Amino acid sequence: MKSFKEKLLVMLGRESQKPATYSPEAEQIHKLKRLNKADFEAMKQHTREHQLLQHKWRNRRWAVLIAVNLLFVLSFWLDIQMLEGALTASRFVGFHLIDLNSALQVMLAHKHIIVNLLIGTATVFFLWVLLGGRTFCSWVCPYHLVAEWFEALHLKLVEKKWVTDHEFHRGTRTVFWVLFSLLAIVTGYTVFETLSPTGILSRALIYGPSLALAWVFLLLMFEVFYSRRAWCRYVCPIGLTYGMVGTVSPLRIVYRLDKCFHEGDCRKVCLVPHVLDVVIKGRAEEAVMSIGPDCTRCGLCVDTCPSGALTYGVKGLDKLL
Amino acid sequence: MSDNNPESDAPAGKATKPAGSAKQRTARRRFIRSSLLTGGIVGLALLGYLPVARASRTRLRPPGALDEKDFLASCIKCGQCVQVCPVQAIKLGDLTDGYGIGVPHIDAREQACDFSCDAGQCILACPTGALTYDKPGFLAVRRGAHLARLPILKAKEKDPEPTLNLKERMGLARLAQPQICLAAQGQGFKGQARGAGFKGTMRYMDVDRWKPIPVADHPYERELCDLCVTECPIKDAIRLKFVDNGDGVKRAVPEVLEQCVGCGVCEMICPVEAGGMAAIVVDERKTWEA
Repeated sequence: MKSFKEKLLVMLGRESQKPATYSPEAEQIHKLKRLNKADFEAMKQHTREHQLLQHKWRNRRWAVLIAVNLLFVLSFWLDIQMLEGALTASRFVGFHLIDLNSALQVMLAHKHIIVNLLIGTATVFFLWVLLGGRTFCSWVCPYHLVAEWFEALHLKLVEKKWVTDHEFHRGTRTVFWVLFSLLAIVTGYTVFETLSPTGILSRALIYGPSLALAWVFLLLMFEVFYSRRAWCRYVCPIGLTYGMVGTVSPLRIVYRLDKCFHEGDCRKVCLVPHVLDVVIKGRAEEAVMSIGPDCTRCGLCVDTCPSGALTYGVKGLDKLL
Repeated sequence: MSDNNPESDAPAGKATKPAGSAKQRTARRRFIRSSLLTGGIVGLALLGYLPVARASRTRLRPPGALDEKDFLASCIKCGQCVQVCPVQAIKLGDLTDGYGIGVPHIDAREQACDFSCDAGQCILACPTGALTYDKPGFLAVRRGAHLARLPILKAKEKDPEPTLNLKERMGLARLAQPQICLAAQGQGFKGQARGAGFKGTMRYMDVDRWKPIPVADHPYERELCDLCVTECPIKDAIRLKFVDNGDGVKRAVPEVLEQCVGCGVCEMICPVEAGGMAAIVVDERKTWEA
């Protein structure tokens, strides 16, 4: 349970620690990698040369994200009534679905919970427990996709040395989560929703463009010119809410120490690289490890890893298969 | 963006030489940057209170809405009410509404709620109880907001259950400009109530009970204009009161009655306007004073 608490703390903002002890198996692998340095380098080279550049999971994810949002849009436009509402709350063929963070804001601000709100929230809670918590972020949230595209622009500018990435403390997001919760309780307004690009974009897609899109654009510019993926990394309380759900989710990215060459490509593409600190040489305390709850299960690392050390996995199911 | 502070990255001024190791300085800069970001974003979010406080944009809310403050708190900004409305009367607030972003409202002059859904579909659709048939006990009902009896929907008058399950009014109609009211001048009305270009729709029982049609497709011909009275979807909510000025001209003024729910159909259908305002308008959230 130590690692569970550790992962939770890392999600809330703490730097990950070097492990004090290793499992015998992990110890062995670490040692072998040090002993056969020449072999290790040769194997690394070999894998590099045979690496397949692929975007399998990214393409699947984009397809799902676009499909989900399109289903919202078409349900209204064509009146097919499959998925009515917006991302904050909706009905899927009649069943209530309510975004956990929006539900939290409403519950704290209004201080009254009706049955439908509870049903919708519980349904979505169990759905994302099954699917991985922050899976919501990378597979559903429309801002994530747009921010991903603008991130590519940011990285290009960084490459040309026109801009630099300014990091914030990751704990800032936890502070935001607490502040927005307190503000909802104290003011009695759903303060966060005013600025939430997730809600704004979802509504704009479904009900037509709004002035609020200007705010979303400002955020994107901030991310392009000042700080990489700043909103998702350091601000968005939705991410933390779903991250908490992800702590108990069986679906996660699995890391296999023996297949890793510690080159760090995965951490370069990751939205939340601190979850991949275990891939740093000497950091993995076990031979097979689950990536922490802050992981959005986007699969960029799975696509990027040249040696297949990172894969999708389902706790319990892996052993069965 | 207000929290964008590139200065925090530059080395501190000449006078104060930063103390500590490079690592500590980086950490300090990051802390300052993070504080600015927190202050900036929270500050911006709090600006959302301004439009609410100034009440510069009081809005007519859909039927069954809780009182304004509770409504803004409980609405989850999903727009399911928008989706079920058969006349598309419901619109969502924008960033300029502050905390009212994504919250539904009705612009009665453009498209009023004519209850052509028969039951308050928006109330049924609402997942959080922001629109509700039954207000929870701990929320008080403002005096004069409560309807003396359930309103009878004219369209359903012959049905076994003719009432609309609406316990509080959305607002109250008011003859704001009697000087332009056609009836008050003893004038009739002939033609399209709002002209050919008007996009608003309404349910006409004699045309189709289940399908609202454009108001522009339903011209009127009246000897004495009484559109606000005849088109009102609620029974006993408004009537014509005849007035005698002693000049032999038949005149009348619309008189709003206690059963008025404030749906805004009278405001939408009124064929005259001056200063961008119809002769009869709905005052949102207004209560009945006996």
